[in-house]
Amino acid sequence: MAEEPILQLDHVTKQFPGVRALHDVHMELYPGQVTALLGENGAGKSTIVKILTGIHRPDAGAIHINGKLQSFSSPRDAWASGISAIHQETVMFDDLTVAENIFMGHMPLKSGGRIDWQSMRARSAELLKSVEADFGPDDLLKRLGVAQKHLVEIARALSHDSRIVIMDEPTSALSAREIDDLFDIVAQLKAEGRAILFISHKFDEIFRVADRWVCLRDGEHVGEGLIKDVDSPKLVKLMVGRSIDRIFPKKQIKIGEPVLEVEGLCNPTEFADVSFTLHKGEILGFYGLVGAGRSEAMQTLFGVSKPSSGTVKLNGKNLEISSTADAIEAGIAYVPEDRQVQGAVLPFGIRENMTLASLQRHASKSVLSLASEQSVTRKLGERLSVKASNWEQRLNDLSGGNQQKVVIAKWLATEPKILILDEPTKGIDVGSKAAVHEFMGELAAEGLAVILITSELPEVLGMADRIMVMHEGRIVKSFTRAEATAEAIVTAATGGGHHAP
Amino acid sequence: MKQPARYDVADRAPRTLSDFLLRWETILVAMLVLVVIGNTAISPYFLDIYNLSDATFNFSEKAIIALGMALLILVRDIDLSVAAIIALASLAMGLAADAGAGTPLLILIGLSVGAVCGAFNGFLVARIGLPSIVVTIGTMSLFRGIAQVVLGDQAITKYPAAFQTLGQGYLVRWPPIPYSFALFLLLAVIFAFVLHRTTLGRKFYAMGNNPVAAQFSGIQVDKIRFWLFVLTGTLAGVAAVLLTARIGSTRPNIALGWELEVITAVILGGVSIAGGSGTIPGVVLAVFILGLATFGLSLINVPGIVISVLLGLLLIASIAVPIVVRRLMKKKPA
Amino acid sequence: MRREFILALIIVGLVVVIGVRAPVFVTPASLVNIITDTSFLFMLALAQMIVILTRGIDLSVAANLAMAGMLTALASRAMPELPVVAIILLSTFCGLALGFVNGALIAGLGIPPIVVTLGTLAVYRGLIFVVAGGQWLTSDDMTPQFLAFPKSTLLGISSLVWIAAIVIAAFWYLLSQTRTGRGLYAVGGNPVAARYCGIDLAPQQLLVYSIAGAVSGLCGYLWVSRYGIAYVDIAQGYELTIIAACVIGGVSIAGGVGTVSGTLLGALFLGIVVNALPVINVSPFWQMAISGAVILAAVIVNARAERRAGKLILPEARQFAGASK
Repeated sequence: MAEEPILQLDHVTKQFPGVRALHDVHMELYPGQVTALLGENGAGKSTIVKILTGIHRPDAGAIHINGKLQSFSSPRDAWASGISAIHQETVMFDDLTVAENIFMGHMPLKSGGRIDWQSMRARSAELLKSVEADFGPDDLLKRLGVAQKHLVEIARALSHDSRIVIMDEPTSALSAREIDDLFDIVAQLKAEGRAILFISHKFDEIFRVADRWVCLRDGEHVGEGLIKDVDSPKLVKLMVGRSIDRIFPKKQIKIGEPVLEVEGLCNPTEFADVSFTLHKGEILGFYGLVGAGRSEAMQTLFGVSKPSSGTVKLNGKNLEISSTADAIEAGIAYVPEDRQVQGAVLPFGIRENMTLASLQRHASKSVLSLASEQSVTRKLGERLSVKASNWEQRLNDLSGGNQQKVVIAKWLATEPKILILDEPTKGIDVGSKAAVHEFMGELAAEGLAVILITSELPEVLGMADRIMVMHEGRIVKSFTRAEATAEAIVTAATGGGHHAP
Repeated sequence: MKQPARYDVADRAPRTLSDFLLRWETILVAMLVLVVIGNTAISPYFLDIYNLSDATFNFSEKAIIALGMALLILVRDIDLSVAAIIALASLAMGLAADAGAGTPLLILIGLSVGAVCGAFNGFLVARIGLPSIVVTIGTMSLFRGIAQVVLGDQAITKYPAAFQTLGQGYLVRWPPIPYSFALFLLLAVIFAFVLHRTTLGRKFYAMGNNPVAAQFSGIQVDKIRFWLFVLTGTLAGVAAVLLTARIGSTRPNIALGWELEVITAVILGGVSIAGGSGTIPGVVLAVFILGLATFGLSLINVPGIVISVLLGLLLIASIAVPIVVRRLMKKKPA
Repeated sequence: MRREFILALIIVGLVVVIGVRAPVFVTPASLVNIITDTSFLFMLALAQMIVILTRGIDLSVAANLAMAGMLTALASRAMPELPVVAIILLSTFCGLALGFVNGALIAGLGIPPIVVTLGTLAVYRGLIFVVAGGQWLTSDDMTPQFLAFPKSTLLGISSLVWIAAIVIAAFWYLLSQTRTGRGLYAVGGNPVAARYCGIDLAPQQLLVYSIAGAVSGLCGYLWVSRYGIAYVDIAQGYELTIIAACVIGGVSIAGGVGTVSGTLLGALFLGIVVNALPVINVSPFWQMAISGAVILAAVIVNARAERRAGKLILPEARQFAGASK
């Protein structure tokens, strides 16, 4: 295709403290075409999105639109240049109406500077119709569900009438039907001659909608081309930098006796009838869309919230958990998904983080022993290959992968019997990821029972002995390692197929 | 499979001289020295041991509350009702004294009222989940309002002599150390030990830096917050005992505005209002700086209201100056 | 809209109950007097509300008011021929300048609002002492036209109430008809998301503290002329009454939630309580305790209304939430 690109990114470099997010990256977007941006978590995709939407400024490099040099110092500059985005995290205002959420920052004005509420509502209604939303412009955002909020986000991106639309994992919270609707919208945008940058982890989606692809690895451009000239093994190899069968060091471990038996765990709005049995030495995978209720169910098991009904048995005995302290006492550890908020105390040093969940072990009569803390920090830090200049280095200054290792170490320091890992490799570099996988295997081999929540198909297929699939708060299907296929799991997770009993 | 040589990681972060010199506590020591030198220069009476001992009467009560307030602010809470708790506790003691209660009972009543008021705050904040600033603005009006309803424009002044000794007497004759100051020093040592040496202290810091991660690490965040409110209320009760005994009377406007002075001391002491950082030595130094500066200025007859302007400026400057300096230092190398 | 309706019902109920016990309370003259008396609270509560919307707080408003009021009294004594318009402008600008200082420290240096305004509260109070040399200015020091303005009437309504009405209308316009106003809700509701929408916190902070200052300054002249006295301690502690009005009116201290009508009703509620106490022979000493209890009751009610029932993941939960709209 000899067309001129509408957007050109040249030699873009972006450095964050301790992380090289992008290095000399180039990329072109063409009108009427969908370009897929590929790369593992932490490869730099989100940084590109943030640079194109004016949230970050590149340290070096240039952005050209229609051949003209652009410089974005705020999101407004980006819209003005015709770029809008559906962000990965829904960015929203719970206490405002849907219409206000769609038009925040660029509400239509009447002459004289007043907000034109009438036209704002009318245009919102149109946009909502185009995304086939089942709610209106005057509804308060806090009354909507996760997928509905995502539709608002999509409507918001469309409201700018931009020539370039960025979609950062737009399907992660959508059901199969909603994904079909989204792809109809993408087709329409293409027909209107807009350029689309499409970011997704799911290869089936990429092969379905994209015309071109660009691949990043560790912040560097590692390849690009036309979708019709490529297949998924080749893309995976580019993304990961080695062939896929080597990444998951799943060991064959003899599954032991049941450790944890969960029966009919319920919450009024978040999940229902969650039942499963976890065995010694087993890695039990929980797969589902973002917002399927997996984290919520596990957090209830960990004592963060209380279930409305259901029983939990540990080694055959009924277990009453009313706080996280109870859960830790019972030998349950939970490595949360949101590392920065729930996992790590960022201003704390490595040692203080590692001992936080097991302080009593390092104290006599509540007085802390520095030597005891230091020895466990050294032991776990070395075992997990944490890279640091000293064991008091603040977590703020560590890379995401090293932060995650410290958080995992914190939980190992409690000497748990059950380890729940919630998206343990989200947003960390390839090296740390492999280390976490290897370590997970080792722990299972040592007899720990592991629950692995993940939204990454290769991870759940590669690591889990059994896979539970959740959809809209319920376990809809379960698979053994042998019977699990990518297609079957995705179908179950997106609400396809019939519900399990 | 792993080479231990790669793991030559130091247990402790390197300590440099400039880190030490830039520590907030070091700067506070320098400020304290300046205050002492300035006061000595403007008034020959300042360095008199009896005068200094006198000065401690004026800040020891606030200083005792500041210890509890420091912990509350460290875990991201605040208690604006402490001065109102003093009013209510003082009222209760006054009514009991009128009814003929003896000194031990008066002390017990003062501390209990403080603890109950603190528990009320703590219940609303930690159990019901209300923001502490709004709750304590409300209880501040409520507690002092009750004192006002009961007292009207009257005052209670009939306190037993033994009780008054608590606020006016000395634990040691030479050097002259009043009971209140001695109690403050003792409490400061205990607080410093708990905060800086025990598991509980580590939990406070974790809660202040990241309450969610703290809860996810098995720390019973809400339970700790509740008890910190009880503690601070009780310390306000202690202050009420000492203050009532010292001035020998209870009026509805007793200790009016103290909450601001206490909070000023805590923030000047380096406790971040955003939570998670600050030390007890810092707070103790700030208490001394504020107490001695106020005392020195009053020695040369500077009106109280002007002193409060200076303290207000000091509060803002103590936070603004480091920010400005940091920005300038950042700009230079670039 | 529902909570404002409930608050309005409570207010009507309160007026009826008091009216039964003391019919004089519900005479037109008495009701007009309550509105006039509450005018200050209407204006200052709205100014405080926009600050709280951005997750801030301004404890210095009452000190600011007293400072601006003292300045006008001094100016009027020094220049008796100064027209009232000039005095109003002077008062407003004095307040604006002091508010701008707050805003600059908060937005420019990123110091927490509670710390800044706690400090400037002490500083502004002290400045009054410094500029006035500690003296009290009474109505004898003020010119007749200085004193007459707030009581002068237009169409039977005092100019104090007219000014309050204009200020209220301006706040309504700002908050419901301008991008800036809606942006305040965005910044307070979700600062990160607001940034994604091109709305930055710092300029908004500078704006709200400056507006809060300007309104306080305006009220400074009106207060001093209405009560005919200016000294260091006027309106002492009034900042708490102002915050109480906001909380009662449903403004969330966590930011992003609050309406003009709710805040006005919150202020009216307090105004009625204050004015009713002497009428029904309750000692005015009760006022403080009552407003404390009301703040606590209001914040408990607010919290119950705001409590999140968890995420809506189960399909039946979503339907339920949709149906309950």
